[in-house]
Amino acid sequence: MWLFLVSDALTFTALILSYAFVRVSSPAWPRPFDFSPGILFATLMTFVLLTSSLTMATAVGAMREGRRGVAAAWIAATIACGALFIALHLTEWRHLIAQGVTPAANPWGVPLFGAVFFGLTGLHMAHVASGIVYLTILGAGVRPGRFSAEDVEVGGLYWHFVDLVWMFLFPLLYLTAVKP
Amino acid sequence: MLGRIFSTDHKVIGKQYYFLGLASVLIGLVLSVFMRLHLIYPDRKVKLFEMLWPVGAAGGIMTPELYLSIMTMHGTLMVFFVLTTVPQGGFGNYFLPIQIGASDMAFPRLNALSFWITLAALLVLLGAFFVPGGAPLGGWTAYPPLSAVGQIAGPGQGDGMDMWILSVALFSIAALLTSINFIATVIELRAPGMTLERMPLTVWAWFTTAIISLLAFAVLLAAGLLLLLDRWGGTSFFLPSGLVVSDRLLNHSGGSPLLWQHLFWFFGHPEVYIAILPGMGLISTILSVNSRRPVFGYKAMVGAMLTIAFLGFVVWGHHMFISGMSPYSAIAFSVLTLTVGVPSAIKTFNWLGTLWGGRLRLNVAMLFALGFVSVFVAGGITGVLLGQPAMDLYLHDTYFVVGHFHLIMGVAAVFAMFAGTYYWFPKMFGRMLNETLGKIHFYITFLGVYGIFVPMHVAGLAGNPRRYPDFKEFEFLSDLAWIHTFISHTSFTVAAVQLLFLFNLFWSLWRGARAAVNPWEATTLEWSVPSPPPHDNFGGASVTVVRGAYEFSVPGRESDFAMQAGETPQ
Repeated sequence: MWLFLVSDALTFTALILSYAFVRVSSPAWPRPFDFSPGILFATLMTFVLLTSSLTMATAVGAMREGRRGVAAAWIAATIACGALFIALHLTEWRHLIAQGVTPAANPWGVPLFGAVFFGLTGLHMAHVASGIVYLTILGAGVRPGRFSAEDVEVGGLYWHFVDLVWMFLFPLLYLTAVKP
Repeated sequence: MLGRIFSTDHKVIGKQYYFLGLASVLIGLVLSVFMRLHLIYPDRKVKLFEMLWPVGAAGGIMTPELYLSIMTMHGTLMVFFVLTTVPQGGFGNYFLPIQIGASDMAFPRLNALSFWITLAALLVLLGAFFVPGGAPLGGWTAYPPLSAVGQIAGPGQGDGMDMWILSVALFSIAALLTSINFIATVIELRAPGMTLERMPLTVWAWFTTAIISLLAFAVLLAAGLLLLLDRWGGTSFFLPSGLVVSDRLLNHSGGSPLLWQHLFWFFGHPEVYIAILPGMGLISTILSVNSRRPVFGYKAMVGAMLTIAFLGFVVWGHHMFISGMSPYSAIAFSVLTLTVGVPSAIKTFNWLGTLWGGRLRLNVAMLFALGFVSVFVAGGITGVLLGQPAMDLYLHDTYFVVGHFHLIMGVAAVFAMFAGTYYWFPKMFGRMLNETLGKIHFYITFLGVYGIFVPMHVAGLAGNPRRYPDFKEFEFLSDLAWIHTFISHTSFTVAAVQLLFLFNLFWSLWRGARAAVNPWEATTLEWSVPSPPPHDNFGGASVTVVRGAYEFSVPGRESDFAMQAGETPQ
C-alpha cells in the first residue's frame, strides 16, 4: 500500500505542478471565491473530511485492542463522513456549473480555471468514492473476522492519504483563489 | 488449459511477457523495414503496402501520413512493449523470485493482472491501425498541440490518437502494478541468508528499475489524463490561444504545449533507464560467469545504478533545449546530464575490470554481452555531445539523434535481451539454443547495427532532418542519398538475420539438446534447480543462501565456482 500511495502521490504531484505551471503562465488567473459562502462551504467540507480521518484512526485503534464491533461502527462513521463530503462537494459543483463554470469555459476569464478545478477535485473525488467502496468491503468483513488489525490499518493508510491530498488541494485551489 | 493460460505462476507470466515482447518486436521490425524501403524508393509501387493499407498506400505508394503513422507505431511498440516489457516483465518476472529464493512474487494475482492489462494495451494500440484515419502521426512522444486537437490535425490524430492514449494509459497502470510487486518481492521474500550485499546485480537492477517505473509511469498517467481531457472534455491544458490548425482558428486559450513536454520527458527520460538498467545487471552477471571472475567493484555497481536512477529524474530538460528555455536552465540541465556519464563510466570500467585477466568463454551470450558494452560506449559518447545545448541546437531533430538513441537505448537493450535469451533459454525451456546459428546471428547483427546507426550520425551531422517521409524534394539532401541506400540495405540484411534467430528459438524449443541443471557453471540460485524449474521453484525445499553471487576462481578452492545455495535442493 505504501508503494501504491507513493505512485498515486506522484500522479497528484504532477497534476498540481501542472496547475502551478498554467497558473503562472496565464496572464490573469481568476479568483472567484467569496469568503462567504464559497470559502466557508469549502472549509465545512474540509472539516467533514478531517473528521472522517479521526473516526478512521479511532477504528484502527479499536481494532488493535481487538474490539471488532466498535471498529466496525467507527468505519461506518468514516464512510458516512466520506459520503457527506461527496454530497457537499457535488452541491458545490452544481452551484458552480449553474454559474456557468465548465471544464472548457467560465465567466471570469482564463478558461483553464475550470479545467484545473474540475480535473483536480474530480480525481480527488474519485479517490474518495473508491475509498468508500474499499471501506465498505473492509467494514463488512471486520465483525465476521475476515480482516486483521493490519488490514484495517492499511485501509486507514489509504484513507488518510486521500485526506492529505485534500489538505494540499484546499489551500491551492480555494484559498489562493479568494476574491481580492 | 484455461488454468495454464491464466496462471498466476511467475514463470508462466514471465514467458507470456517474453512472447508478447517477441510479437511486438517482430511487428516493429517489419514496420522499420517498410520505412527504410520507402525512404530509398519513395516512388516505387509496392503491392504489399497497398494490400495492407488500401487507403494510406493507394496504388502502392506510401503517403507521408502513412509513413508518419508507421513511424509512430514503430516507436511506441518498441519503447513500451519491447524495451520496457521484456527485460523487466519477461526476464524479471521469471528470474527475480528464483534468484532471491522465493517460490513466487509477493502478489501473484496482481502479477497476472498486470500481464493481461499489458496485453489489452497492446491490442488497443494495434487497433489504432484499423480505426478510421489509421494510426496517429505524432511519434512516440505525441507532442501537442497537434495531438490534442483531433481529426483536423491529420487522419490519424482522431480516433487513432485516442487509441494511442488509452493504450499508453493502460500500459502505465500495468507498469505501476508490476513495479509495486517487484519492490515488495525484493523487500519481503528473500530467502534466509540472501542479504542485500549477496543479491545478484540482476536483482538490484530489477529492483532499481521498479522504483524508477513506479515514479515515472505515475506522471505519464497524469499527463495522459490531461491530454484526454483536452481532447474529450474541451479543456486547454496544452492548447494556447490563437492556434490555427488546417486553416481553422481553434477556440482554445491559456494552455501551453510545453507543459506536455515537461510531463512527458519527466517520464520519458527515466524510461531510457527502465529499458537499459535490467540489461546492465544481466550483462554484469554474464561477463562475470564467462570470464570466471567475480564482478569487479560490486558495491560500486550497485551505487552506480542507484545514482543513474536518481539522476534520470533530474535531466528531462535536455530533451527541450530548443523549446525556448532560458539558457541558465539549459546549462543546469546540461551539467546534470553530463553527470550521468560518471556512473555510466564506472559501470563500463567495472565491466572491463571484470574481463581483465579472466579466462573468457566466448559463447553467444558472452558475445552479445561484449556487444552490449561496445554499443553502450558508442551510444554513450554521442550522448555526451547531445547533452550540450550548443551542439544540441544544431543536431536536434536530425538523424544524429536517431542514431544516438537507437544505439544506446534500442540496440544496447536489445543486445541485453539477446544475451538474456541465449543465457537463460536453457533454464526457461530445458533445452539449449544452437551456438553456431547463434554466432552467425551475433556477428551479422553486431556489424549490421553499426552499419545502420553510425552512418545515421554522419547524415545528421550533414544536417539531415529526421521524420521526413522522403528526401527527393530537398536538393541539399541529394548528396546524402548513398548513405540512406547503404543504411536501408544494411537494415534489410540485419532484419533477415533475425529470422535465423527466430528459427533457432523455435527449433530449439522442441529439438534442442537437453539442458543440464547448470550448463554455464554459474552460481546464482536459478542454476541450482532443475531446467525448467518446478511449479514452486524449489520443490518445497527451503533454500539457504550461504555466500555472495559472484564467487568465481576463489584461490584455494577445488572448483572455480561456488553456488549461492547452501545445499542443492532436490
